[in-house]
Amino acid sequence: MSTTTLVAPSAQPRVTRIVTAITRSRELAIALVLVVILLAATTKRHTFLFSHDGWRDTLLSPSILLVLAIGEMVVIVTRNVDLSVGSTLGISAYVTGKIFIAHPGIPLIAVFVAGLLVGAVLGAINGLLVTIFKVPALVITLGTLYIYRGFLTHELGSGRINADDFPANFQKLGTQQILTIPVLTLIGLFALVLVGYYLQTARGGRELYAVGSDPDAAVLYGLPTGRRVFGAFVLCGSLAGLAGVFSVARYATAFSGTGLNLELQAVAAVVIGGVAIFGGSGTVWGAAIGAFLLITIDRALPILGISDFWQGAVVGALILGSICLDRLLSMRRTHRLIEARDDA
Amino acid sequence: MSTTADRATAPASSRTYPAYSRPWVLRTLLTREFAVIALLVLVYVYSSVNIAYFDSSLTIYNLLRDNAPILMMALPMTLIIITGEIDLSVSSTLAVSAATAGVLVKEHSVPIGLAVVIALLLGCVLGALNGFLVAYVGLPSLAVTIGTLALYRGLTEGLIQTNRIAQFPPSWQDLASKHLGGVTSPWPLVLVPMVVLTIVFGLLLHFTTFGRGVYEIGNSSEAAHFSGVEVARTKFLLFVLSGLVASFAGIYVMLRADSVATDTGTGTELKVIASVLLGGVSIFGGRGAMHGVIAGVLLIAVLNSALLLDNQGSEIIQIIIGLLLVVSVISSSLLQRIRSLVPRRVPAIRPTNAPTAGDESRKVAP
Repeated sequence: MSTTTLVAPSAQPRVTRIVTAITRSRELAIALVLVVILLAATTKRHTFLFSHDGWRDTLLSPSILLVLAIGEMVVIVTRNVDLSVGSTLGISAYVTGKIFIAHPGIPLIAVFVAGLLVGAVLGAINGLLVTIFKVPALVITLGTLYIYRGFLTHELGSGRINADDFPANFQKLGTQQILTIPVLTLIGLFALVLVGYYLQTARGGRELYAVGSDPDAAVLYGLPTGRRVFGAFVLCGSLAGLAGVFSVARYATAFSGTGLNLELQAVAAVVIGGVAIFGGSGTVWGAAIGAFLLITIDRALPILGISDFWQGAVVGALILGSICLDRLLSMRRTHRLIEARDDA
Repeated sequence: MSTTADRATAPASSRTYPAYSRPWVLRTLLTREFAVIALLVLVYVYSSVNIAYFDSSLTIYNLLRDNAPILMMALPMTLIIITGEIDLSVSSTLAVSAATAGVLVKEHSVPIGLAVVIALLLGCVLGALNGFLVAYVGLPSLAVTIGTLALYRGLTEGLIQTNRIAQFPPSWQDLASKHLGGVTSPWPLVLVPMVVLTIVFGLLLHFTTFGRGVYEIGNSSEAAHFSGVEVARTKFLLFVLSGLVASFAGIYVMLRADSVATDTGTGTELKVIASVLLGGVSIFGGRGAMHGVIAGVLLIAVLNSALLLDNQGSEIIQIIIGLLLVVSVISSSLLQRIRSLVPRRVPAIRPTNAPTAGDESRKVAP
């Protein structure tokens, strides 16, 4: 049993490898929690999942946090953090509104591209500051959190961009479904698959993990650490920008408080998904399930008879529980490796 | 490495190199902390001259009264960040303590004095939970305190629900708004605990072995452990102190506003951390000083009230805080890089007595 850990993975048959990888995975654990919550809420009230609105909301509500969490995960895996995503989302939502006011007939795809671009520019500012000056991302993005939000408040003041400023086809997009799956969720899942595939297979993606697990070693190994970290910030920013467009499509409004305090929720989703806060490990799939879990808990608790006033407490306990679990698992793994080494 | 032995045996007077590369005046003046202090003085003088009503005693009174919670919470936060950890849960601890005291007084008719004591104890317990998870379980504080940020805020929401917690006994409310001396004096009563806490934490950080340990942990927690610093206990105590101070701030906020709501203090944690970092504390730990942090808090406070008096929107102050943060970290990194480009000047050694044997060996050593 203990020696199996020392066997090179490729010596095992492919099927065994995949099965053990899945059953041992951290993602499966929180996916199970998600399923249990969904089941419990559905048995209590059938409409939670088995009704048109219930099914749609289950998939649609997490779409904004899902996209934010994907971007945040890519940054966290490089041992950085982006606290400015909430403000970036706000600015992108504002720009989306502005575009619609100026050109009411603009094709929807252009708006999405614009949101991505706005986010990419804001993310690039973060990335440049962090990589050129080699300063901690926490401080820089805390700074840009204030700057971007201040800029947004300066532009919008106490005003807001309202539902009637948006064309009907854009507003419909917020609830539109293809094969019962909401369009926004589909776009989010598409981004998830792209980023997940890149992180898992592409050279650049693997290098992100390398940079995160030991930045100095990555430099010595000759990896373009600066470029990778910069790329991660740009990706995170563009996804936050995309989330801004989502937010407008979903809520049909943009004001100075759009996306306020979302940054810590995004980090929480990533942490719940089993991504180490100090980088180098975790998957984007986990972060995505974390986002679904956070939002689903919010919706399920009142149905399960827990007053929704206690939702925040449950979410907090969940974050603490999941990092404690991670710690426990990694300690067990270390023990097993040490045992295996001693036996060998 | 025989040099250490030689140096130990050589008489102290035989040292031919200065103890510091720069005289103490330069050492004091050319620091991050002093730059912030200078900026603070500059902004203060500029505002006093150019902005109407800025130098009135009411402005100073409001400035101190409104920023007291941030200053108080910044004190333990400084020590925590110097050890290389972070506490994001302070604003939620503030809220849950205030809510506990409020609910006890208004709904269970507990005498307010007892309720305050219970709230302070609760603050210690909440801080201890953070400290236990970070120091003894070894979890990253960023993740732990994001979790407790949500948890404690959730407890606040659960405690208060839809109730309106307000109208505390006027004698206690007065404590939060009283002036020291006459009504016209610019000093609020809360200045007393503020100054006391500042002195306590300043002494703790700069003049005790505990404080030296805090710096050592920040520089290298392993080296600190081997040199006899109780790493886990130090971190644990700091988080307990942070919880205690946050709950004290919570009671103050509750009495000052005469109400507690589910969103009391939301977002304060980032303001506190921004002030501490602006004051020259490194987010990686190991460096920073109390006078810098106090100047950092006051700088943001003075800017805020000056801009408000100048009829600027609150968003301008947000942008300025952000810019200050970014510029302050970038400038120190830039300075370092420039310094590393310029070849280090070897301090001219004045002709002294003939070098001793110990110094000969120093020259050979790489």
